[in-house]
Amino acid sequence: MSTRYFGQRIKRNEDVRMLTGQALHVDDVNFTDMLHVAFYRSRDAHGYIKDIDVSAAQEREGVVAVYTAEDLGDYWQPGPLLVPPPPTIEGLIFHQRTQVPLAKDKVRFVGEPIVMVVAESRYIAEDAVGDIWVEVEALPAVIDIEQALNEDMPTIHDDLDSNMAAHVVQKKGNYEAAVQQADLVIKRKLKYDRGTAAAMENRGIVAQWDAKSQKLTVWDTTQAPIVIRNGLAAMLGLSEHQVRVIAPFIGGGFGPKIMMFYQEEVLLPWASMKLNRPLKWIEDRQENFFATTQERGQVHEAELALTNDGRILGLKHNFIHDGGAYIPYGLTIPLNSQANALGPYATPNYYSEFKVAFTNKPIVTPYRGAGRQHGVFVIERLLDLAAKQLDLSPIEIRRRNFIQPEAFPYNHEIIFQDFAPLVFDSGNYEPALDMAIEMIGYEQFIKEEQPRLRAEGKKVGIGVAAYVEGTGIGPYEGARITVEASGKVSVASGIGTQGQGHFTSFAQIVADQLGVDVRNVYLVTGDTDQFHWGAGTFASRGAVVAGNAIHSAAVEVRKKILKLASEKLEAAEEDLELADGQVRVKGVPETAIKLGSLAVMANPLRGAVRPGTEPGLEATSYFGPESGTTASGVHALIVEVDPETMKVEVKKYVVVHDCGKVINPLILDGQIHGGVAQGLGNAFYEQLHFDENGQLLNASFMDYLLPTALDVPRMEIGHVETLSPLNPLGIKGAGEAGAIPAAPVFVQAVENALGDDAPEILEIPLSPNRLFELVFGE
Amino acid sequence: MKPPPFEYFAPTTLDDALDYMADYGDEAKPLAGGQSLIPTMNFRLAQPEVLVDLNGLAELAYIRPAAGGGVSIGAMTRQRSVERSPLVAEQAPLIHETMPYIAHPQIRNRGTFGGNLAHTDPASELPAVATALNARFRAQSRSGQRWLTADEFFVDLFTTALEPEELLVEIVIPPLPAQTGYAFREISRRHGDYALVGVAATVTLDNNGRCEAARLVYLSVGDKPVEAVQATAALIGQKLTAEAIDDAAEIAAAQDIDPPGDIHASVTYRRHLAKVLAKQVLAKATARAKQE
Ligand SMILES: Cc1cc2nc3c(=O)[nH]c(=O)nc-3n(C[C@H](O)[C@H](O)[C@H](O)COP(=O)(O)OP(=O)(O)OC[C@H]3O[C@@H](n4cnc5c(N)ncnc54)[C@H](O)[C@@H]3O)c2cc1C
Repeated sequence: MSTRYFGQRIKRNEDVRMLTGQALHVDDVNFTDMLHVAFYRSRDAHGYIKDIDVSAAQEREGVVAVYTAEDLGDYWQPGPLLVPPPPTIEGLIFHQRTQVPLAKDKVRFVGEPIVMVVAESRYIAEDAVGDIWVEVEALPAVIDIEQALNEDMPTIHDDLDSNMAAHVVQKKGNYEAAVQQADLVIKRKLKYDRGTAAAMENRGIVAQWDAKSQKLTVWDTTQAPIVIRNGLAAMLGLSEHQVRVIAPFIGGGFGPKIMMFYQEEVLLPWASMKLNRPLKWIEDRQENFFATTQERGQVHEAELALTNDGRILGLKHNFIHDGGAYIPYGLTIPLNSQANALGPYATPNYYSEFKVAFTNKPIVTPYRGAGRQHGVFVIERLLDLAAKQLDLSPIEIRRRNFIQPEAFPYNHEIIFQDFAPLVFDSGNYEPALDMAIEMIGYEQFIKEEQPRLRAEGKKVGIGVAAYVEGTGIGPYEGARITVEASGKVSVASGIGTQGQGHFTSFAQIVADQLGVDVRNVYLVTGDTDQFHWGAGTFASRGAVVAGNAIHSAAVEVRKKILKLASEKLEAAEEDLELADGQVRVKGVPETAIKLGSLAVMANPLRGAVRPGTEPGLEATSYFGPESGTTASGVHALIVEVDPETMKVEVKKYVVVHDCGKVINPLILDGQIHGGVAQGLGNAFYEQLHFDENGQLLNASFMDYLLPTALDVPRMEIGHVETLSPLNPLGIKGAGEAGAIPAAPVFVQAVENALGDDAPEILEIPLSPNRLFELVFGE
Repeated sequence: MKPPPFEYFAPTTLDDALDYMADYGDEAKPLAGGQSLIPTMNFRLAQPEVLVDLNGLAELAYIRPAAGGGVSIGAMTRQRSVERSPLVAEQAPLIHETMPYIAHPQIRNRGTFGGNLAHTDPASELPAVATALNARFRAQSRSGQRWLTADEFFVDLFTTALEPEELLVEIVIPPLPAQTGYAFREISRRHGDYALVGVAATVTLDNNGRCEAARLVYLSVGDKPVEAVQATAALIGQKLTAEAIDDAAEIAAAQDIDPPGDIHASVTYRRHLAKVLAKQVLAKATARAKQE
């Protein structure tokens, strides 16, 4: 196989469409008889619904229907559990409580939908929402995750005796024994607070029931259209072939768009069938702060046992994870935290225990990083503190603990979120560390620049942190590839696309196999009528799982091309080559047959397709990895802290990343840039502030501070390629890497900048205000 | 986030606009650049029944020399035009220097000078700067016009002295006295955000190089622009040494202001920033006054 495209920094096929407004988004879908939906959402975080009066709303001109939970009848059901807890963890406790379409007796978070209004326009629908009266007998809100588990707290789910949603213990070796041998034990409490993904495009749904064709079409900003289709068909009593879910272009997913099912996803298709009219609901930014899932609240009591020379003997942590009001996504996030606290380090003894707490806050599901941040923050901070105590450099302590290249596959002996044992398939960590140190200029900074700038009164500091990212988990994805009569190649796959560059990186894989121009590979994705097997886009798995399925289908099509061409050209397959959209005998250009012509020959109008063969140059393949593949990397940065205002400026940011074979470095850089922007946002700008009543105090972009293009630093990116043995392309996922270690590396640098009287920083997010409090006292 | 229904008028002369204001009074709101009013309506925090759009009033968009010196700015002049005006740069350099702190260029392209002042957001730069510069405000209604000082004009949180039927039509910025320096600084979380604390200063020196007059006006520390009168009183007659400035900054932060705490900045942090900024602007204004 020639690798003309694989590994090339080529521009993205989809950008012209996206930049010129030719890419379909859900809100672009319009029908003349379409109705619009708005929701009355709970204003209380916790309470019993005593009365709902919708009469004034029903009477408003232009209102077509008003629905409460009562009106849903048997259709009112708690949502499915997306990911059950791993069956193999002993002693695991899990109380499944999932969201309901419309709150019935009780409300459990501010923003929970109670009434659905359908009207001729969104304006009228919102006016009608203002007409609705809901009486709620308020209960004390459960907000603080540590207090949530106290016995005297009111329970959010009345049938449970506490707010504990889950309890899990995982162990490796014997931590207590390790402590006996330790020279040093570092114990700290570390906190991580909530943020929101804030995708540029909010969620949206258009549902169209067509009574005449008995078909339901749903345009949905979901990351997993196939699962939505199958679920909707089951809920609505339809055949899967009667339901088509289209996830068109989506302006950012980041995880929260793979929550099955959002209340609106259940309600709109149902109401469209009932009213026999197309319905549209587009989430507005204010709703997004309540109605879309969030993440990141955890509190860890952690300890690290080490020898005098900085070798890790064991790690122990006990943490509480903020589950929000319902836990449809099972234990994915805390299991990720558990796995990632081990980092890229050889940790012989491990004890990790967590509880998930129900709180009266929006639902928690994975958001880019999905619990990995917390684990990485814990281990990286503990290592920093240990290094200080042992008088080692932060770099040396990491180097001494890295899993060595010959130790792979490395079994951590605990269970990962995909139910498989946590085994790192491959890795080589020191080259990335060395490259990062080199790129950031570590030695020179410490020896020359920092002393010089300090002498000028400047507070500058440097940080270096390492991480791993479990990526590319199963179950499987598939693809169908067809050579068309025009010579164009179409690829249909089931995963949704939210800006990752699938139209290009997947095309690169196919173009190399079939010897065609990358611009002639046309990808259809996220339309269940085109391809209806697969799971979705999440957990940095698109390139790994769908990419390898596409690769495998392309290999099959290539075989068909060679077979047929060898017959037509009366030449051995080994003597043929595929290039320039043609197949030909090597060195004999006159023999060339265009792939389009060959496709026509494979689909003859006369003559028979012989038994055992199929018409066309087409193949469908699937790829299901046994387990995930582990990407890794090192981030390094230099900051300057203004000692008077505690504002922090990032002077330089370096990422060295290892995701195996890189398909397109340009796209990979983009993934990393976006991830770092979100990671820095998480570290220093973004925080959801809930008051003690569960009211969100900053539900707008005025007060929820996303770093803008003016605030995100330039990044320098280096690559190391350690191929994954788990898939033919040798690739690993990259979607979350940018975001994962940004917080610990930022904190390490800020502490370093503040010098000897730096406070210990054990929490995220920070802000100038919070840094001021930490340095000068509250 | 859609506004409730409202009626909309788009007059093309000031007289017509004032007629609408007189006819609808309390129910009407004038629409200038819409950068504050439209979001408030979309959040349904403001629900005016009538909007009187001032964007057709070309007669209110101008920057020209004022009669007794200084500069006159029509209420509907875009913020971006003020920022780029050579006349403003020359006659009201403090305004010129402050404009880039307001939001982002896109917003300044739409947002108006008058709309910003009429909105009276305590976190806005211009009300504080207008106060420091002794700006005068011309209000007009169908029955006549009147002039207000900055102290009279800014009444409270989002509240001016304008009557419901009145429009702000013009703002006059008098020239700076001789041997006067000026400075503006603010701290915000991100580029273009409203300030956590900001402060404008003017310093006038006498012939002996002592402080003859000084103004120090804060934003984001109260319900409207807050002038640090005790701090500036302490400077009068003084040589403006680093110590004198430090002392004044201390007084300003500890005594003159009573800042609120919120999710972005605690009371203590705001006071701290107020002190840091006061030092910076007083030092810069003093240095500039010396160059005069
Ligand atoms: C993202 C963002 C960031 C911003 N950041 C800043 C910032 O950092 N600093 C800052 O100062 N501002 C900021 N603003 C606000 C911006 O400067 C607005 O332009 C300004 O506050 C209002 O001006 P406007 O012309 O848009 O007025 P409008 O929004 O149209 O009107 C504002 C109010 O004033 C009234 N009004 C308008 N004109 C008149 C008049 N002639 N007579 C009587 N009443 C009148 C209106 O009825 C309304 O009540 C920001 C805005 C946005 C959207």
